[in-house]
Amino acid sequence: MFVPLLVLRNAFRHRLRTTLTVIGIIVAITAFGLLRTIVDAWYAGANASSSARLVTRSSVSLVFSLPLNYAQKIRQVPGVSSVAWANWFGGVYVNERNFFPQFAISGASYLDVYPEFLLSEAERKAFLVDRVGAIAGRKLADKYGWKVGDQIPLRGTIYPGTWTFTLRGIFDGAEAGTDTSTFFFQFDYLNESIKRLYPRRGDQAGVFIEQLRDPEEAAAVSQAIDTTFRNSLAETLTETEKAFQLGFVAMSEAILLAIQAVSYVVIVIIMAVMANTMAMTARERYGEYATLKALGFSNGFVAMLIFAESLGIALLGGVLGVMFTFPMAEAFASVVGSILTGFQISETTIVLQIAAAFVIGVVAAAVPAWNAARIRIVDGLRAIG
Amino acid sequence: MAIPLNYIARNMVARRLTTALTAGGMALVVYVFATVLMLAAGLEKTLVATGQEDNVVVIRRSAQTEVQSGIDRLQAGIVESLPDIAVAADGQRMISKEPVVLINLPKRSTGKAANVVIRGVTSAGLALRPQVKLVEGRMFQPGTAEVIAGRSIADGFQGAGLGETLRFASRDWTVVGVFDAGRTGFDSEIWGDAEQMLQAFRRNGFSSIIFKLVDADRFDAVKATLESDPRLTLEAKREKRFYAEQSEALSKFISYLGTGISIIFSIGAVIGAAITMYASVASRTGEIGTLRALGFSRGAILVAFLGEALLLGLLGGIVGLAGASAMQALSISTTNFQTFAEIAFSFTLTPGIVVVSLIFALGMGFVGGFLPAARAARMKIVDALRAA
Repeated sequence: MFVPLLVLRNAFRHRLRTTLTVIGIIVAITAFGLLRTIVDAWYAGANASSSARLVTRSSVSLVFSLPLNYAQKIRQVPGVSSVAWANWFGGVYVNERNFFPQFAISGASYLDVYPEFLLSEAERKAFLVDRVGAIAGRKLADKYGWKVGDQIPLRGTIYPGTWTFTLRGIFDGAEAGTDTSTFFFQFDYLNESIKRLYPRRGDQAGVFIEQLRDPEEAAAVSQAIDTTFRNSLAETLTETEKAFQLGFVAMSEAILLAIQAVSYVVIVIIMAVMANTMAMTARERYGEYATLKALGFSNGFVAMLIFAESLGIALLGGVLGVMFTFPMAEAFASVVGSILTGFQISETTIVLQIAAAFVIGVVAAAVPAWNAARIRIVDGLRAIG
Repeated sequence: MAIPLNYIARNMVARRLTTALTAGGMALVVYVFATVLMLAAGLEKTLVATGQEDNVVVIRRSAQTEVQSGIDRLQAGIVESLPDIAVAADGQRMISKEPVVLINLPKRSTGKAANVVIRGVTSAGLALRPQVKLVEGRMFQPGTAEVIAGRSIADGFQGAGLGETLRFASRDWTVVGVFDAGRTGFDSEIWGDAEQMLQAFRRNGFSSIIFKLVDADRFDAVKATLESDPRLTLEAKREKRFYAEQSEALSKFISYLGTGISIIFSIGAVIGAAITMYASVASRTGEIGTLRALGFSRGAILVAFLGEALLLGLLGGIVGLAGASAMQALSISTTNFQTFAEIAFSFTLTPGIVVVSLIFALGMGFVGGFLPAARAARMKIVDALRAA
């Protein structure tokens, strides 16, 4: 009982200093967890994707659309059980700040391919029969306070004019990672209007989504689809939904790398603070350490005392930091709103946070412990901090 | 009477390890703070420098970028007939009708694809952008499948270097030249013949029209003419503003995120400074008592310890800024959310950032040093002398 008590008493001898250090570690560990969670959120779309779905887009880039009649040909490719399609709408709701993804979708076929969007039977029917109907995710509807039956005007940036939709349903996500901040409306409404205004731009889909009979066949089927349209005017590029989503993530890679780098810098900073604390603590106590050694305690025992104290302080900060991450992440998510979806603290993050605290404790104690263990008893007794 | 600065500075030297750790922590914070601001400044500078003051960009109303926009030939003809368009020395009207599209190209470094802007230009289009200079190879021949690539694209993307070929729109395009656009947004574009691009991408209309005004002050009148014409569904913007607007979202994102992170970091650094200064005060109790006994006032003690903390902050600030300024050699390439296209920009250190970073560093020193300094100043002479 003697040793833990000694460590505890030592740790809280300078109550103010220890408190400040613990606060510093809490801040660092919380920031580390938050930054990692932000990076994770970027990958949420890719993680939520199904391995049984393929996405076909124009091989040139997403800006180019594909002829709608491709749907028939894709359906005939062996291994494809159903086909849906969607167009990015890119409209502005009230003003540019209110960004959320909007897609014109191929009605029932799209909803069938995405079973994770849970819509009640009545709402589904109401949406499908209404040409100007739309559905919104729970998160999105909550953010703008939309109720079923509301009129939602969107100013088109790609498709000119103001488009008004009637909200016919609000869908929930089947899993925690499902994105419920999107807005869907009928492709037919968009298509008919566009055909009237700009006949050349009609009957075009942005992407096709294929449901596979067997996820194992993904590679073969995507190749078969692309071969079908090779050397046509609109060549295609088919990839798994996950690869498609990761393509978006890769575009912001530079920023993600920066955030990741920064999340480690915060640990280094707090390491400096903690090392400083331990260095000062040990320096003040050289006399005591010398006394302990004079009483017959080994060098290892003295080093162990310092390590134990440092680790204790670091882990206390680490555990509190993990606890603080949860309310912070929630607050952050409510500020950023719908930009980043699937804002969740993963188990890996928590493990890494504790590991980081552990490393801080060990590194901070290394030099002081080395010095204290090596100090000659005479010098130590003479030292005055 | 004030305590000499010499005394303050020597105290820092006496505790080298502690001083280095504390100043090092602050230096890292300042480094992160400054680099983030430099990144946002670099992006803004790149896009602001892209536009010319007397150039006008015309895009379809409510389209936010050239890629979203579409202008048919009829409307383009009406814009072309405006009387305010400047005429070059060779008698050519300085107006360029350009198709702008995005294509997927794999990066040289990672092999991952990113969107790159392909712009169809005419000889007038080149005259409108005097900052663009060919640095390698030659200009593309109009009417052929030849393109020239901006320097960032030539360096960063597979198939975009001089003499290489790119395949898009069912054709092979040879890169015959590399141009330097003086660190503007055009460095991240590929240019080819406008009519060739229209055919290749089977477009009937243009994406944007760029022209130079005879008189830059006539902009408002020209804008009013264009936007009140019932035959047109277009919007005119000064080129400078057009590009500046495109940097807004990304540079705001970078600076918000960066400032947020810096503030969190600075809490850690302030705590570090406070711990150091408390220890400094505690271990010098006797000294403080002696100084007071010699006749130095409480104020002088307060100033001395605050001075020490500020010096720590300054040291951290200078080291951090030195590290950050080394970042200027690097450039970063990422997707601009607004245009959905790749843009390369570099870290840019401005005098404003230097000042803000130093103030930030001194602020950290001040906050961290204030309470310990106050404790030192409050000490009673007798107690302080006895403690020693």
